[in-house]
Amino acid sequence: MKENDVNQSRRRFLVGATSVVGAAGAVGAAVPFVASWNPSAKAKAAGAPVKVDISKLQTGQRITVEWRGKPVWLIKRTPDMLEELREADDLVSDPQSEVPQQPAYATNETRSIKNDVVVLVGICTHLGCSPQYLPEVIPDETVGGFYCPCHGSKFDLAGRVFKGVPAPTNLVVPPHMYLDDTNLIIGVDEESA
Amino acid sequence: MQKLINWIDERLPIVDAWEKHLSKYYAPKNFNFWYFFGSLALVVLVNQLLTGIWLTMSYVPTAEGAFASVEYIMRDVEFGWLIRYLHSTGASAFFVVVYLHMFRGLMYGSYQKPRELIWIFGMTIYLVLMAEAFLGYLLPWGQMSYWGAQVIVSLFGAIPVVGEDLAQWIRGDYLISGITLNRFFALHVIALPIVLIGLVVLHILALHEVGSNNPDGVDIKKNKDENGVPRDGIPFHPYYTVHDIVGLVVFLFVFCVVVFYFPEMGGYFIEKPNFEPANPLKTPDHIAPVWYFTPFYAMLRAVTYPLFGVDAKFWGVVVMGAGIAILFVLPWLDKSPVRSIRYKGMLSKIWLAIFVVSFVILGVCGALPADAQPSWLAPLCTALYFAYFLLMPLYTKMESTKPVPERVTH
Repeated sequence: MKENDVNQSRRRFLVGATSVVGAAGAVGAAVPFVASWNPSAKAKAAGAPVKVDISKLQTGQRITVEWRGKPVWLIKRTPDMLEELREADDLVSDPQSEVPQQPAYATNETRSIKNDVVVLVGICTHLGCSPQYLPEVIPDETVGGFYCPCHGSKFDLAGRVFKGVPAPTNLVVPPHMYLDDTNLIIGVDEESA
Repeated sequence: MQKLINWIDERLPIVDAWEKHLSKYYAPKNFNFWYFFGSLALVVLVNQLLTGIWLTMSYVPTAEGAFASVEYIMRDVEFGWLIRYLHSTGASAFFVVVYLHMFRGLMYGSYQKPRELIWIFGMTIYLVLMAEAFLGYLLPWGQMSYWGAQVIVSLFGAIPVVGEDLAQWIRGDYLISGITLNRFFALHVIALPIVLIGLVVLHILALHEVGSNNPDGVDIKKNKDENGVPRDGIPFHPYYTVHDIVGLVVFLFVFCVVVFYFPEMGGYFIEKPNFEPANPLKTPDHIAPVWYFTPFYAMLRAVTYPLFGVDAKFWGVVVMGAGIAILFVLPWLDKSPVRSIRYKGMLSKIWLAIFVVSFVILGVCGALPADAQPSWLAPLCTALYFAYFLLMPLYTKMESTKPVPERVTH
């Protein structure tokens, strides 16, 4: 065979085939590096959804559970309380919950899946203090709700913020769903599950 | 000495490199004030690397220890306060000199053929520098560190479909946490500095391949003497090395005044909420990025209506990204036959002025709360910012230019 008698097409094929295999190898080698940025098992455990049994929750009562380091309130509102929400429509700054502080399934009059049970992140949207639960009546108002002792922000029993207070938005409704009638899970919903 | 140099030179071409890049690198003799900022950027880079390495010796990259370790550096480490202030002021100084350096390029057409690659490397440096500054800002773990990172990382969440997962992947957690701090630390002190240094080397190598532009935009290589040396060129060393030392002294004077007397710069270099430890449960009243990001932050906020069923926030991110991306294609937008603003027409001058003014106004808008400014101002300036680039092919072609001289003027 002469020295310059090079089989160019075979050479091209070999270079191409080597490159493709090499590139596949590079992608494979990248997997552990990319995947190591995902939340670790520890982070996942710390941020796992929380199951709550509300079978013993009385009407008008509030229970608090912790989810991702934040207090989450569950309140079973009485029919009177639900009546008060209508009364509060004129007092709150975002009655229709237009600011997306809640999942789509809680964007309604009661800001909840079931009419009576509301789930709220118990942190004032002003500067993160935890407001007090005043089911009867909040200071200087005619309805019950939440009162933040730090700077006087007020929220109604659906977590809607009153007009003229420092907090800019309604309280956050975390993602949640019902597993059955009396068990719900906070942190996941049908969309993300 | 000469023997040692010879011994090394036979094994590594140090004499050749010295001549190519310094003693026989012929730079135009008409450099003016605007030509100080390239070498100043290099000095600031060295400052950042040196003070940064020293800071890592006392800094603790954990959510529990970060804030306290910065206070430890400030109070207990000998000269720790100075090293930290050199680093924090250096970050702002870096952007000052880089912005002036970029403005020089815009003014004298330094991005035009054959310097497109220099410009692209430069813009990549700018991009990496922004990433580096953003990552570094989380490390003191103050309130503004935390909430600034929260806002910026949540921008990725605005991308349709994959956004939320992407933001979570970047954070490595469901919220900004010590996990995020750890990876930002790794990227800030190892990954990006390596990339940055590599890009600076490429930027300078590409520059020395084609030679420096000058305020007249005249190609000095067209007029060489019998030895092949450009008649309008002078060796970089000793002429410009000594010349740049003068600029360096003036720069360091101003820099030291800031470091020693105004290290916080009224809350613009180190923001006031950052003197409070990060608290995931407490949002500061007003979240604003550091001054060098504010023009782009204003562009992000300028978009307030959803489009095609996608959130306004996402389009804000797109506009902000485009604001940076459009700089990369600048060399192909300028159709002018001349480089320098000195010989371009009136339209180019007016548009450059509009661009600078709107960029500065955007910077002010981005630093102020959204309700403390007319709502039309930031959108208008964003439009003008883009118009400068998008209309450039038209106005650079339309206008009549002045004749460019054969030789540089001074």
